[in-house]
Amino acid sequence: MQRAKLFDHVILLMGVFIMIGPLVVALMTSSHEAADIHRNGLSILPGGHFVETYQTVLTKQGGFTGKITGLRMMMNSLILGLGFAAGKIILSMLAAYALVYFRFRFATITFWMIFTTLLLPLEVRILPSYEVMNTLHLTNTYTGLIVPLLASATGTFYFRQFFKSIPDELLEAARIDGAGPFKFFIDVIVPLSKTMMAAIFIIMFVYGWNQYLWPTLMTTDESFFTLVRGIKQILLVWVGSNIPDYNEAFALAILAMLPPVMIVMIFQRWFIKGLTESDK
Amino acid sequence: MTHAPSLSPTSAAPTTAAGFFRRFRSAPSEPHFAKRVQFSSPFLPYFFLAPQMAIIFTFFYWPSVQAIQSSFYLEDPFGFGSTFVGISNYTDVLKSTEYLGIARFTAVFTAVVTFFSLAIGLLLAVKADGVIRGNATYKTLLIWVYAIAPPVAGLMGMMLFDQHIGPLVKFVALFGWDMKVGLNYTDTATAMIIVSIWKQIPYNFIFFLSGLQGIPVSVREAALMDCRSGFRRFRTVILPLLAPTAFFLLIINTTYALFDTFGVIDVMVKDKAANNPITLVYKVYMDGFRGNDLGGSSAQSVILMIIVFVLTIFQFRFIERRVHYS
Amino acid sequence: MSAINITNVSKIYAGGVEAVKSVSIDIADGEFIVLVGPSGCGKSTLLRMVAGLETISKGTVEIGDRIVNTVEPAERDIAMVFQNYALYPHMTVYDNLAYGVKNRGTPKAEIDARVTEAARMLQLEKYLDRKPRALSGGQRQRVAMGRAIVRKPAAFLFDEPLSNLDAKLRVSMRGEIKQLQKRLGTTSIYVTHDQLEAMTLADRLVVLNGGEIEQIGRPLDVYHSPASTFVASFIGSPAMNLLRANREGNRLHFGSQTLETDRLSTLPTELTIGLRAEDLRIAQAGEQSLTLKIDYVEELGAQRLVHGNVDGKAITAALSPEIELADTIALTIAPSRLHFFDPTTGKRLPRPLDACTSTLPQATMLEPAAG
Repeated sequence: MQRAKLFDHVILLMGVFIMIGPLVVALMTSSHEAADIHRNGLSILPGGHFVETYQTVLTKQGGFTGKITGLRMMMNSLILGLGFAAGKIILSMLAAYALVYFRFRFATITFWMIFTTLLLPLEVRILPSYEVMNTLHLTNTYTGLIVPLLASATGTFYFRQFFKSIPDELLEAARIDGAGPFKFFIDVIVPLSKTMMAAIFIIMFVYGWNQYLWPTLMTTDESFFTLVRGIKQILLVWVGSNIPDYNEAFALAILAMLPPVMIVMIFQRWFIKGLTESDK
Repeated sequence: MTHAPSLSPTSAAPTTAAGFFRRFRSAPSEPHFAKRVQFSSPFLPYFFLAPQMAIIFTFFYWPSVQAIQSSFYLEDPFGFGSTFVGISNYTDVLKSTEYLGIARFTAVFTAVVTFFSLAIGLLLAVKADGVIRGNATYKTLLIWVYAIAPPVAGLMGMMLFDQHIGPLVKFVALFGWDMKVGLNYTDTATAMIIVSIWKQIPYNFIFFLSGLQGIPVSVREAALMDCRSGFRRFRTVILPLLAPTAFFLLIINTTYALFDTFGVIDVMVKDKAANNPITLVYKVYMDGFRGNDLGGSSAQSVILMIIVFVLTIFQFRFIERRVHYS
Repeated sequence: MSAINITNVSKIYAGGVEAVKSVSIDIADGEFIVLVGPSGCGKSTLLRMVAGLETISKGTVEIGDRIVNTVEPAERDIAMVFQNYALYPHMTVYDNLAYGVKNRGTPKAEIDARVTEAARMLQLEKYLDRKPRALSGGQRQRVAMGRAIVRKPAAFLFDEPLSNLDAKLRVSMRGEIKQLQKRLGTTSIYVTHDQLEAMTLADRLVVLNGGEIEQIGRPLDVYHSPASTFVASFIGSPAMNLLRANREGNRLHFGSQTLETDRLSTLPTELTIGLRAEDLRIAQAGEQSLTLKIDYVEELGAQRLVHGNVDGKAITAALSPEIELADTIALTIAPSRLHFFDPTTGKRLPRPLDACTSTLPQATMLEPAAG
């Protein structure tokens, strides 16, 4: 029995090593100098250049046009993450509210039109999507970055499930209490959905922050680059030079993963709840 | 009863039709707009739906229709209009040995990534569910990687498999394997697969763990009395109860491997796709944006749409039947 | 406060299912009406039509002197207590109580006075700042009641308000509801499937079955003269025993056993006979009787329920625990306690003995027709 437990821990520790090891190495290595890394390889011990590396990465004008800094990319990532999460919640709450709480003629067809979007991911329609964005002159804009990503029904689906789980009697009581559609939404639905909104916000923020393909297509102007979008540029520089700026590459990678990792860690409970129990 | 988690957005989010279908079918008698009492108003529901519908029409239906349409046309390379060519874009694609090779690789890649990320996720979840001390800590540490974007994961992979400084390259060199990621086809494929598995483990871990914790204590206790062998207990009681979760994850992981690994691949092949392994989605991207072959890329898009669609239906129809829903 | 008149009300669902079939009930001002019946009998649907939560397919509902068929629930001047209470989980008890009156634009001081008054009546003063999840089941139930009281409505509508409570609490809440209603004098419609709750609360009972009214009447009248076999088996616990019998002259044949009484000649030859368990007693020597083969016995303390069969037909008798039991016992019943029903329609047949119960001769002993 005791040995079995020990064996369990060994497996789990190996799992932790595999999952976390690379992150630790990236963090530690980023605090060394490029030449040092080039000479001695990766490191699992902190070096002495942590502050200056990150300062450089955040403020140095980089890229081909030289007008993008790490800070700017971080801000763009934040705009994408927050905008996407907020947009998703607003759109899908409204749509789900209409679907669950209203009787109307085209309800069934609307329902299927929305949920068909679950079938086809963005990746299979990238080129025509890009054409559409061109037609609408939305390339290299925040709108173009955020809004098309909202064209999927995941959030609507979540909220619909959640609204359906709210007891019918609550609406009935509210109607007897004289609440109309708007009042019921504001006074009852929104406050009841708080936890749900928080959970979805976290998931969607991470999803938005981590977008790669779409920003890659939509932004050619470097001042709209997000951190995740910028990764490839980092690599191109890295590959080209004599002594690659390993440290800066790692620092940018750490910056790109830090906010979503922090959010998942801090709000772990909500995050897992949102992920696995969206139907309750 | 074990209630399998059903839907989730992640990097694999927008394709969760299967979860949706399952939920939808679980209550067939109930109309999908199930409230005994509803508001009835001539325009309010449309008002609430308008933003969502506008976006879906502009950014989902319009491009989808365009993809289908332009897959039947040949774009003039100098931008002087296009000619209707029937299904020749499709036949060109399907006759191309290059395309079929990529399709074969995609299938292998998807199968391997799905299998290992599910297996490792399950193993860790079972172990984490079994230990009492440190349970929460393990959980926290094991899910971090979920939050990392695929291209960032790809970057980490590049670092670990770097010709010059990569510790993993040094490690396999001890066994006489001279790994050249980015140059050697097999080596690059191996690295891509490892990174893709690594990135997906936390997701499966979360779902399996929550599935395990959803199994009622009384069921476990009953199994404890009925069956002495721990492994047998796992195989005959726990595993069947986890089946809905596993089924759901199978679909999610397949779509993950097909689509969401784009970032990993793009970073790891560094635009030198020529002698490197790529997946079908990456090929669509290459032909459309690098090769400017609108018709061919669209035809490939449509083929992918069909694959996704068939896969969803197939998995839903056939695998679900062998799964015990409680 | 006002009367409620339900006239020929029907509910027909989209699929053509008729859940309520032309029901009429006139409810006097201040009256406590209980709608009782098995699940699916249409009682809740009827209540919800009065509340305005379901549309009325046919007929009219009047509250006061106003036909309210098309009036919004909030405008009907009613308050409803739900089975699961339907408290707003994110609001405090105070806000839950105040929400309805607030929406009507009642001045703040008035709201405060009403909430305080209701809270005092229901002993909720201490809990006004709490959220519903911090309350016990009984307290939540009180809040739901309070929400109704605060509105000072023309009528209270109760939709199985006690069925989520445990048995003991249910009995005490039942008492509270009854007292409160008497004190406030508010017209009330109360839906339940529990016949005991119905009997104890109602001024008048409405027994519903399959969307139709089986009987309306005061609880004891319904108990003593059930209008149909359905009511007979639904009201009263244990349920009334119902046996098929053939009448030959003044003799009633139950399979191979026979009871004889007199003046039955006006009844049809085929009958369903109703025997209340508590009306059955052990036959004295020399009395005519039915032989009951005992299957099993339930001890209730004050009473003993003896379950057995007469020629294979199940019968339950409520006997005193003092009586010693053998494998078979001889049971008899006062002729005036017999209920007669038409075996095809299930409707009650007038008791031919009703006119002269006092002069009824003791039934004379008869040899059992067969062993």
